[in-house]
Amino acid sequence: MIWLHPSERTALWLSLEVSVRSVLMSLPFAVLMAWLLARRRFLGRTLLDALVHLPLVLPPVAVGYLLLIVFGNRGLIGAWLHRVFGLTLIFTRNGAALATAVMTFPVMVRAMRISLENVDHGLEDAARMLGAGPLDRFATVTLPLMLPGILAGMIMAFSAGLGEFGAVITFVSNIPGETRTLPLALYTALQSPGGDAAAARLATISIVLGLSGLLLAEWFARRVRRMLGR
Amino acid sequence: MLRVHVALRRGAFALRAHFDQPTPGVAALFGRSGCGKSTLINLIAGLLRPDEGFVSLDDRVLVDTRDGTWIAPEARRIGYVFQDARLFPHLRVAANLRYAARRAAEPGYVGFDEVTALLALEPLLGRRAHQLSGGEKQRVAIGRALLGQPRLLLLDEPLASLDAARRDEVLPYLERLRDHLRIPMVYVSHQFEEVLRLATHVVLIESGETIAEGEIGAMSLRPELRRIVGPEAVGAVVDGEVLRVETDGGLAAVAVGKGELRVSAAGLAAGMRLRVQILARDVIVATGEISGLSVRNALRGTISSIATDVADARLITIEVGGAQILARVTTDAARDLTLAVGMPVAALVKSVSISADRLRRL
Repeated sequence: MIWLHPSERTALWLSLEVSVRSVLMSLPFAVLMAWLLARRRFLGRTLLDALVHLPLVLPPVAVGYLLLIVFGNRGLIGAWLHRVFGLTLIFTRNGAALATAVMTFPVMVRAMRISLENVDHGLEDAARMLGAGPLDRFATVTLPLMLPGILAGMIMAFSAGLGEFGAVITFVSNIPGETRTLPLALYTALQSPGGDAAAARLATISIVLGLSGLLLAEWFARRVRRMLGR
Repeated sequence: MLRVHVALRRGAFALRAHFDQPTPGVAALFGRSGCGKSTLINLIAGLLRPDEGFVSLDDRVLVDTRDGTWIAPEARRIGYVFQDARLFPHLRVAANLRYAARRAAEPGYVGFDEVTALLALEPLLGRRAHQLSGGEKQRVAIGRALLGQPRLLLLDEPLASLDAARRDEVLPYLERLRDHLRIPMVYVSHQFEEVLRLATHVVLIESGETIAEGEIGAMSLRPELRRIVGPEAVGAVVDGEVLRVETDGGLAAVAVGKGELRVSAAGLAAGMRLRVQILARDVIVATGEISGLSVRNALRGTISSIATDVADARLITIEVGGAQILARVTTDAARDLTLAVGMPVAALVKSVSISADRLRRL
């Protein structure tokens, strides 16, 4: 890292920060969504499923645009957040985290949902017969057993979040030190004359981070599988 | 008293069950696979709701559709041992047991140490579910259910997924629960040998309906049972007392009705009460004097009924003074011997046909 330019280092740290925030932000919603989609049968479930996956198929710029409409300072929720909490999302790292969270939400929900679908429903019945109420069952049986999926989903979302570009640049622009994350810095480097070396360095970091994330997720999954004897 | 009077319809399947089981005691829900036994046990557990009817346990109403009473399964204090054990894979055996103990109603009637001793779980405590054999898993599952301090224990074919050796490994533990803890049990099975060893009360189920219930001896004579167990396994279950053990032949003489039956089984002593099943196909009917036969048992009695059985055979019920046994004879033989109700006959039974799996100590 010593060979990184200070602005590049800032971009790297910012990327990590934005990605961590986005993961923490979406975690409770992703667990809830995974549980709803895997365990509940209700009207509109298919539509909800499609909505969750929408960011995967929409152009990221379109997602950024929608975020501007809803979470901009004049947006439906954005105006309310600004009035009540004095919170501004647009042109801030919080906004970058939100855009990243929305884009990586499908990846996160998917991993959790698959893992929850593999949790034997019968185990929850067994806990029930031992006197465990709904929350107790969820906390002591369902959640621990879907933990591998939760962790995998978090790692995947984190890794994918590091590379989020379109939605971020559309929603919060490209402000050095505030919203210029790794991919935005890479893009900026490519746009500036003589930025080839910087672009190469930033691309290398992106590759290393992405690969580490994938390997870490796999290693984790294996460890947990061995622990559960699968 | 466990009272179950329920109706449930799910698509093409309809269940209508009525039975009252004295508690404590072991009721066996006995029927072919797919007859609705598991559905019925889930209705008692509360994992299913009846469309109509009620379930009550010792004057506590668990569900009653007439006045809307509903106690959730987690509040019923009913232990459930599933066919597939369902141990929590993320917990070790000790933690599985504690999971139940921690949620049990105080005060309990059985302690952690007592349960581990009763089921020999001590060496397994540090293991995870996937490190246990099938029989060990079921023992842990039984222990876990017990530590919930249940008022009733439901067992849904707990031995069905085990081979014969593992089955024999778990059965004695279930007998111990029945005899030492005197906990009421409902035991689902389609193996009559298990029912014979465990049950005090038998409920016969066929295509979603309870068709007969009562003591195992009376149930063993019911024609409905024949349809469930198949012709080969038909046989009267009789109780008797060991009169003496004949050391030379390794045989024990057991009083059955007013006659004597010699059985070959180890570990018997005079004064023991036994329950034995005498398979109808192992009984030979004689009308005159008996001589020159190797058969050791001749129970004298009179024919109380003759029923049609499988093709070309008759099922003869012989009253032998307080006990009844079944014999299968061919239609030809019945005609040649002019067998008729009220006729005095002798029932010949080979001693070796009554082996350990057809015999239970009371």
